[in-house]
Amino acid sequence: MGVDNKKRYLSQLEAEGLNEVVPDDFPGKIIPGGNGGNIVVTTLDSVINWGRSNSLWSLYFGTSCCAIEMMQTGAARNDYSRFGFEVARASARQADLIIIAGTIVNKMGPVLRRLYDQMAEPKYVIAMGACAISGGPFYYNSYSVIKGADHVIPVDVYVPGCPPRPEALLEGMIMLQKKIKTENMSKKVNPIDGYDEGDIV
Amino acid sequence: MINQENKMKNEDLQNIINGLAENLEFSEEGSEFLNVIVPKESLYNLCSQLKSKSDLDFDYAYCITGMDWGKELGVIYHLESTTLKHKIVVKVMTDDRENPTLDSVWDIWRTAEFHELEVYDFFGVKFNNHPGLRRLFLTPDWDGWPLRKDYVDEANMIVK
Repeated sequence: MGVDNKKRYLSQLEAEGLNEVVPDDFPGKIIPGGNGGNIVVTTLDSVINWGRSNSLWSLYFGTSCCAIEMMQTGAARNDYSRFGFEVARASARQADLIIIAGTIVNKMGPVLRRLYDQMAEPKYVIAMGACAISGGPFYYNSYSVIKGADHVIPVDVYVPGCPPRPEALLEGMIMLQKKIKTENMSKKVNPIDGYDEGDIV
Repeated sequence: MINQENKMKNEDLQNIINGLAENLEFSEEGSEFLNVIVPKESLYNLCSQLKSKSDLDFDYAYCITGMDWGKELGVIYHLESTTLKHKIVVKVMTDDRENPTLDSVWDIWRTAEFHELEVYDFFGVKFNNHPGLRRLFLTPDWDGWPLRKDYVDEANMIVK
């Protein structure tokens, strides 16, 4: 018993595997307290960003074939839960992320905007596939397709492809995580501020 | 490929149908189906006979499509007999692009009610005796007929 029996120094703890229980990307420094407890040193921003980027819940939103690839990305073989996209939600109120997986037509535009408005902040948008980026194969000679979902809501990450493979979508989602990790609470702007409102039905 | 059995059926069909109405045009267009072009005045009469005659018995309209041939507007009916296992394509067209009107066949094949709504929605072909012609997919205040070849929409369309 006594202080001498406790682990007092970081170097001693490291030797016994502290690094195994603390993830590599943990945004802070752990200082052993010497009495079994530890002191964590970090900033609020890094902890909040770390938490947000690793628990992004996406909305079920698939309007065409890209949705099939999105489902595959969530299914066992690719499994985006590994990266913190834990579950998909059927309600915009519970979602942090909307993956626009498919063509957005004029009739769908107001619906997409309403879903985006219903999501709690902070909220993020990935435009998946050619249709959501630019209208894709429907760019020319189409009376009904919106030429890019960013005419309706602001987009954070564009994932090209027709449709993109699950690996490509995962890459895009990890890019979004990296973007979130650079956020700063005091300087954060709401992407919808100053956005062209257009005619909302 | 047109197999021999199919060929026989198409010839038989043509012989039976030829007597049902005047000015019918037959062709096969290299497809497996017998095509019949019918004057729009005889459309309803021909269709009801295609359904009611026991040796034809076309009881299923599995596809009804609107068409813009550039000059004429029209409708293409794909019909099948689920008992006798033969199929036929009936085409009808009208030169009037201002006010194209054809007879409705919804009381012969009930499925035609919604197919004709779709044709009206995208091509502006009106159907006599249809129970409720209205916009189906497009908004009620939509102006124009977007699947016509001469449709213009400067706001939404990038023409190439």
